[in-house]
Amino acid sequence: MRPALSLRLKQSSVLPGFGVTLGYTLLYLGLLVLLPLGALVVKASGIGIAGIAATATEPRVAAALKTSFGISLLAAGVASLFGLLTAWVLSRYDFPGRKLIDAIVDLPFALPTAVAGIALAALYAPNGWVGSLLEPLGLKVAYTPLGIFIALVFIGLPFAVRTVQPLIAEIEGELEEASATLGASRWRTLWSILLPPLLPGVLTGFALAFARAVGEYGSVIFIAGNLPYVSEIAPLLIVIKLSEYDYTGATVIATIMLAISFSVLLLINLLQAWSRRRFGHV
Amino acid sequence: MAPISPVAPIAEQGQAVDIRVAGVTKAFAGSAALHDIDLTVRPGELLALLGPSGSGKTTLLRIIAGLAQADRGQVFFGGLDATTFPVQKRQVGFVFQHYALFKHMSVADNIGYGLRVRERTNRPSKTEIRRRISELLDLVQLSGYENRFPAQLSGGQRQRVALARALAVEPRVLLLDEPFGALDAKVRKDLRAWLRDIHERTGKTTVFVTHDQDEALELADRVAVLNQGRLEQVGSPDEVQDHPATPFVMTFLGQAVRFSADIRDGRVLVNGKLVSVAAPRSTIGLASLYCRPWHLKPVQAGHGHHQGLITGVRRLGSMRRIEVTQADGTRLEIEAPLATNLRVGEEIGLDIQDGVIFREG
Repeated sequence: MRPALSLRLKQSSVLPGFGVTLGYTLLYLGLLVLLPLGALVVKASGIGIAGIAATATEPRVAAALKTSFGISLLAAGVASLFGLLTAWVLSRYDFPGRKLIDAIVDLPFALPTAVAGIALAALYAPNGWVGSLLEPLGLKVAYTPLGIFIALVFIGLPFAVRTVQPLIAEIEGELEEASATLGASRWRTLWSILLPPLLPGVLTGFALAFARAVGEYGSVIFIAGNLPYVSEIAPLLIVIKLSEYDYTGATVIATIMLAISFSVLLLINLLQAWSRRRFGHV
Repeated sequence: MAPISPVAPIAEQGQAVDIRVAGVTKAFAGSAALHDIDLTVRPGELLALLGPSGSGKTTLLRIIAGLAQADRGQVFFGGLDATTFPVQKRQVGFVFQHYALFKHMSVADNIGYGLRVRERTNRPSKTEIRRRISELLDLVQLSGYENRFPAQLSGGQRQRVALARALAVEPRVLLLDEPFGALDAKVRKDLRAWLRDIHERTGKTTVFVTHDQDEALELADRVAVLNQGRLEQVGSPDEVQDHPATPFVMTFLGQAVRFSADIRDGRVLVNGKLVSVAAPRSTIGLASLYCRPWHLKPVQAGHGHHQGLITGVRRLGSMRRIEVTQADGTRLEIEAPLATNLRVGEEIGLDIQDGVIFREG
C-alpha cells in the first residue's frame, strides 16, 4: 500500500477502532438499507423508463402520490410550527405538570400507529366526540384528506419537539436582555435573535416528520376513508397492487416514492447546511 | 442650518447626564437583596460598584438598566424619572459579563442591531448605519473585523464588540456588568486602560460592576462599596482607601489586621502601649484598630505593641512579605524591604505606626 493512502486512512484518536467502526457501518448500511432498496430499483427498472413514466402518470397513482407528498409536506410544516411552540413552553417555563406533558409528547412514538388511527377515526367520525361538534359547522375530518393531515401531524409532532428542545434550552437569557437594552421590541427579539439559531433544529424536525409522514401507513388508512383520487395514499396503493399480485406495479410506485423522498430530503439537507453556515456560528 | 444627522458622531452626543438612585429596595428570596440604596452618579463620571458576590451590586445595576424591578424606590436619568420606563425605552448601553453577542450575526450586524431595530421614523439610513458601524469599529480598534462572527473572535475582542454595540444606540448612560470577569489577567489589564480611554473620549456617565478591588480602584473616578445589600461607602479611590467608613471597606479593599484598642482621652492604647493614631473624640473605651501590612514595622523582640514568630518570608514584587504568627496562633503579614535580614523562626516585635480606628460593635 502506498504511504499516502495509509496515512489518510489512519486517523489518530484517543479511541482506536476507526477501521472496525467504518467497516461495520458500511456493512450494516449495505445489508440493511442499500441492498433492499437496490433490489427494489432493479425490479422496478425491469419495465423500462417508459413503463415507469406510464405508471407514474396513471391518474390513480398520480393522485395518490400527490395526496401522500402534498399532505405530508403540509403536516410536517404544521407539526414543526406546533412542535416549536410546544418545545418552547416545555423548556422555557416551569409549571405544574411540565414533566408529565414532556413525557406525553413522546407517546405518538410509542403507540402502535394503527391504534392511533383507530382512536383518531373514532374521535373525528361524524358521531365521534370531536366530529359531532365539527359536523354542524360543515367540517368533515374523518374519511377526508383533512383526516390524513391530522393523523400525520399527530405522528410528526414528537420529531419536531425533540429536535428543537435542546436548542431552545441552550439560548442564553442574556441575549434577550441585550436585545431589549438595544431597544428591540419583544417581537423583534423573537424574530431576529431567538428564532434564527433554532432554524437548523426546526429543519431537522421538519425533515424527520416529513419522512415519517410519507412512509406512514397504519394510522392513516383508518381515518382516511381511502377513496381513490381523493383520500388514498401511495403506500396503500402499493398494498393494493401487492394484493392483486402486481409486483412490478408495486415496486414502480415504491421507486417513485423513493426518488421523490430522496430529492426532498436532499433539498432539506442542503437548506440545513446553508442555515448552519448562516445562523449556526455557535 | 444644516440638517441634523440622525446619528451624531460620538464626540457630539449631547451632555452626559447624572444617574440618581433613590431609596431602592429589593427583597429577594436569596442573598442579593438591596436595602434602601441612595446613590448619585455624577455626569460623565466612571463609577465602580464594588462588592463581594451576593452583595447586590449586579442587582442594583440591573435595576438601573430596567432589567430588574425594584420593590421600592426610583431611578432618575438627568432629572428624568425613568423608574416606570421599560428597558427598551431607558436608552442604556448594557455590557454583559459573557458578552451576550448575537452568534448568528457578523460583528457589523451586531453593532448595527440597535439602530436597525428602531422604528422607521427615527431609523438612520443604511449608509448612515454603515458609517456609524465603521466609526465604532475604529473606536474599539477592530476595523477590518466587520465580517467576522463572534465565534471567530477572542474574549477581549468580543467584549470590545459588545461595548461598540452598546455605544451604537447613543445611550444616555453606559452600564457594564463585570465586563472583564470572563477574561484572563493579561487581557483584563489591557482592557482596563482601554476602557478608561474610551470613557474619556465618549464622556458617557458609566457604572461598572466588579468584585475586583484593584480594578475598581485603578479604573474608577469614584467607588461605591456594597455589602449585603447596603452601601458601605461611596468615595474616590483615595477616600475609600485612606478613610474607610466601615471595617468591611477596610478589610475588603486590601489586607488588614485587627487589634483590640483601648481609647482614653483621645489616646489610643494597644496592649497598654500608646499608638500614634488619631482617635475620634467621641470614641471612648474599647475599639478596633485596623492596620495594613505597611502600617506595622518589625522591631526587636520584646519591643513594639505586639510579639510574634516569623513563619514565612515571601517575595512580592519589590517587597518581601513577612508572615508573623502571634502567640494566640493567628497570622498576620507585614512588609519589609527586599534586603531584609528577617529570617523564618525569629521572634520579633511589631510596632504599630498607623491604622484606622473603628468603634467596637
